[in-house]
Amino acid sequence: MQDIGQALGLALALVMSGDGDLFEIVALSLRVSLSAMAVACVIGLPVGALVAISRFPGRGSVLVVMNALMGLPPVVVGLLVYLHFSRSGPLGFLGLLYTPTAMIVAQTILIAPIVAALSRQVLEDLHSEYAEQFRSLALSRRHMVGALLWDARYSLMTVALAGFGRAVAEVGAVIIVGGNIDHLTRVMTTAIALETSKGELSLALALGIILLTIALGVNAAVQVLRQTGTRLAYV
Amino acid sequence: MSESTAIPLVREDARPAARSILPLEVRGLGLRFGETVVLDGLDLDLGPEGCTVIMGPNGVGKSLLLKLLHGLIEPCSGRISWAGQRPGAVTARQAMVFQKPVLLRRTVAANLDFVLRTRGLDRSRVPQLLDHVGLGHKADDPARRLSGGEAQRLALARALAIEPEVLFLDEPTASLDPASAHAIETIVRQARDRGVRIILVTHDVGQAQRLADDVVFLNRGRVAEKAPVDAFFPVPQSQAARDYLTGKLVF
Ligand SMILES: Nc1ncnc2c1ncn2[C@@H]1O[C@H](COP(=O)(O)OP(=O)(O)O)[C@@H](O)[C@H]1O
Ligand SMILES: [Mg+2]
Repeated sequence: MQDIGQALGLALALVMSGDGDLFEIVALSLRVSLSAMAVACVIGLPVGALVAISRFPGRGSVLVVMNALMGLPPVVVGLLVYLHFSRSGPLGFLGLLYTPTAMIVAQTILIAPIVAALSRQVLEDLHSEYAEQFRSLALSRRHMVGALLWDARYSLMTVALAGFGRAVAEVGAVIIVGGNIDHLTRVMTTAIALETSKGELSLALALGIILLTIALGVNAAVQVLRQTGTRLAYV
Repeated sequence: MSESTAIPLVREDARPAARSILPLEVRGLGLRFGETVVLDGLDLDLGPEGCTVIMGPNGVGKSLLLKLLHGLIEPCSGRISWAGQRPGAVTARQAMVFQKPVLLRRTVAANLDFVLRTRGLDRSRVPQLLDHVGLGHKADDPARRLSGGEAQRLALARALAIEPEVLFLDEPTASLDPASAHAIETIVRQARDRGVRIILVTHDVGQAQRLADDVVFLNRGRVAEKAPVDAFFPVPQSQAARDYLTGKLVF
């Protein structure tokens, strides 16, 4: 067991040295989680927008389910995706288990509900302000959704970042469907888990530092988006 | 007589496409929220042109009447007919300026561009429409940074951009200074003179006298009085209108 101060020094050296393995892991993390974020937005934003502007029987239950899905445990998502992609599962023939694609699928399932639920809230607030004016202009539903998505763009970017933040930090889903295979499916969180269990604290800490930096960067970006929106009087 | 039959024929030829949505006929209009009765068997007829001012005490249902006529809400009872059509079917041929303008979170110009684009109208008219309401120099400002008077003028420009046959205005100058109010009045008068049918709610007696061709006075959920502007203000016929105007003029 290394001493923490020593490990921290090694970790910083690792980050500074531009270690190849380290950056491969970071790059895969970003690729998987950014892809999941993009797909989650493609699915989640229209769903959020439609629920925001629609009134239908059972809407209250849909909202409860959407909000509950925000808290999906990553390991449960990982397990469900594993069952589908495993060789005997219904999607086993795709051969996707232990690939980055499976990890993207799992993280998408994890964060699409977050994007849908948060964007629903943002868009519903905006719609309650615009609704009467939109009806007066006799806008089609397509134009309404388009205007809401565009006018809420700064808030929706922070929603997307919230989804990304959750994806990049989770370990339960990617470790089950990715398997933490070196040079193939090893991402920051799974590497941290593995290296820590092996007592290799320096790599774990190096990755931890990068992960923290990314988290800080995401929050800074959210802050900048909020301020920009406010400054332009768009929020 | 021969002249008056000739003129409509010329107009029909000039605009063959759309049959007018006027006159307006309202019969037995009722609106209530639970126990609260707002409109109670309201009847109203409006002819094809001019400016009608709707007056009446606060809470009498003026705003709700405009929304009913515009097809934004449904009545509990009664019938509204725009030359035979339901309000919901003619919403797109009308425009409304709400008391508190709702502007998109975009630039001033983009607010106009949006309605022109969604209506399939000529988008190159944006600068001209902005100049018409004196907002040309604010084209690139965020719309939500406008002052009250500027925001109301933008809302008016947006309403006129869609070339409505009927323009509803709900107390458009209620919170504006005299100069801003005057600017709005000028634009409204020009629209009226171009043939836009104006239906305006206001508490401002001077404004009503300057703009109205006729006045509709609401009281207790009905039309208490409907008269040409020259007859209404000097000698209101209903007690309700007399009380309202005395309260107004005396302060
Ligand atoms: N959604 C609603 N539920 C209950 N009462 C309402 C609702 N909307 C309006 N009212 C009431 O209807 C009455 C008429 O409102 P309104 O048309 O806004 O009056 P005004 O003549 O001042 O424009 C008011 O007393 C108002 O409180
Ligand atoms: Mg009102």
